[in-house]
Amino acid sequence: MPKITYIENSGKSHTIEVSNGLTIMEGAVQNNIPGIDADCGGSMACATCHVYVKEEWFDKLSKKEEGEEDMLDMAFEPNKFSRLSCQVIVSDELEGLVVNIPIKQG
Amino acid sequence: MIKTDTLIIGAGPVGLFCVHQLGIIGLKCEVVDNLDKVGGQCIELYPDKPIYDIPAVPECTGEELTKNLIEQIKPFKKNFYLGERVEELKKEKKKWIVKTNKGTVFEASSIIIAGGVGSFEPRKFPTKTAEKYEGKNVLYSIKDKKIFKDKTVSIFGGGDSALDWAIELSNTSKVVLIHRRDEFRGAQASIDKVKQLKEQNKIEIYTRYQLNSINGNNEVENIIIKHEEGEEKEIKTDYVLGFFGLIMQLGPIAEWGLNLDKKMIPVNTENFETDKEGIFAIGDICTYPGKLKLILSGFHEGALAARGSFKYAKPDEKLRFEFTTTSKVAQERLGVKK
Repeated sequence: MPKITYIENSGKSHTIEVSNGLTIMEGAVQNNIPGIDADCGGSMACATCHVYVKEEWFDKLSKKEEGEEDMLDMAFEPNKFSRLSCQVIVSDELEGLVVNIPIKQG
Repeated sequence: MIKTDTLIIGAGPVGLFCVHQLGIIGLKCEVVDNLDKVGGQCIELYPDKPIYDIPAVPECTGEELTKNLIEQIKPFKKNFYLGERVEELKKEKKKWIVKTNKGTVFEASSIIIAGGVGSFEPRKFPTKTAEKYEGKNVLYSIKDKKIFKDKTVSIFGGGDSALDWAIELSNTSKVVLIHRRDEFRGAQASIDKVKQLKEQNKIEIYTRYQLNSINGNNEVENIIIKHEEGEEKEIKTDYVLGFFGLIMQLGPIAEWGLNLDKKMIPVNTENFETDKEGIFAIGDICTYPGKLKLILSGFHEGALAARGSFKYAKPDEKLRFEFTTTSKVAQERLGVKK
């Protein structure tokens, strides 16, 4: 299982194993990592699972679909490395992925 | 004071179907929702997105589902208390007294919370200084557009609300439209119109910029916007409008003394009652082992919570289980004509 690191805005870091096939959002929610709300449950309808992907990882992830960029317009302080974590599916290629959690989701 | 058997908080699909289930067993209800329309997340978050997992409905949009539910519950309910947020609940002599922010007061023998993830509120600017001017120069909705006449208005956002207001206000105000990326996500006709207005110098547009700070004394004097590459720009402005859609906030539900688990309300799975007698929770807001956040699960939860409400509304009667296919009483309640 790939290890994913989630870094809270305070700097507190959580490295956990997430099963292939789950999303980065589900990995966080199932492991009680604070700061990822995922209000809509992963249907790309709310922008409350927003994360910043570490720059070196950003291009290695699957490309954003159009709807994701639209939702990111509503996220709290998005930047060019922003993703909705419910749209990134964990696979072996993501071993070591690091994402930063914004100060809040809305 | 409005007296009823059951008060439903939340007019999403689950709250709406619960009206039906209460009606079938002969209970009256009222429905309150903070949004100005019924449908909840289906209408607010994904009116056009297809849903594929409603039993016996292979495909429908959030809007169609809402329309069909409204049609289905017509025999029982046609009016809703919309644009009102429930603020307070308290128990008085076996009845629940519920107050909304608009001052409406209900008396009900039970309450069914079908509140989703809470109430929808506008998403606000991240900037701390925005709070200071909120409701005065910093606005998230427009009630009276006349206040903007001959003023400079800076509009943030890239969706239909931002585009529509930019177009509308450009007739009488100086409009600056600021968005975090080059693409806008509104209707193509609005995007074309905004670009045309820009060419005619009627709207200024800054893309890849976000709000950095709002400055002024009592009134807003200027804002600083920041490009994604770091460059900053000052814009003199009278008003700052933000259109970033809505976000769900648990809000006052947290103050009602209910047990909470990660913003959800634990319930039993026999009738979806909470730890408080006479208060039930159904749909996305309730939690129990095996909980699935599906609309169909919410329908089931509502059917059982409605029956759980019966003993509070009619303590001296016994509820007999009946099918709508055969029950004369249920068919009468539904207004079926033979």
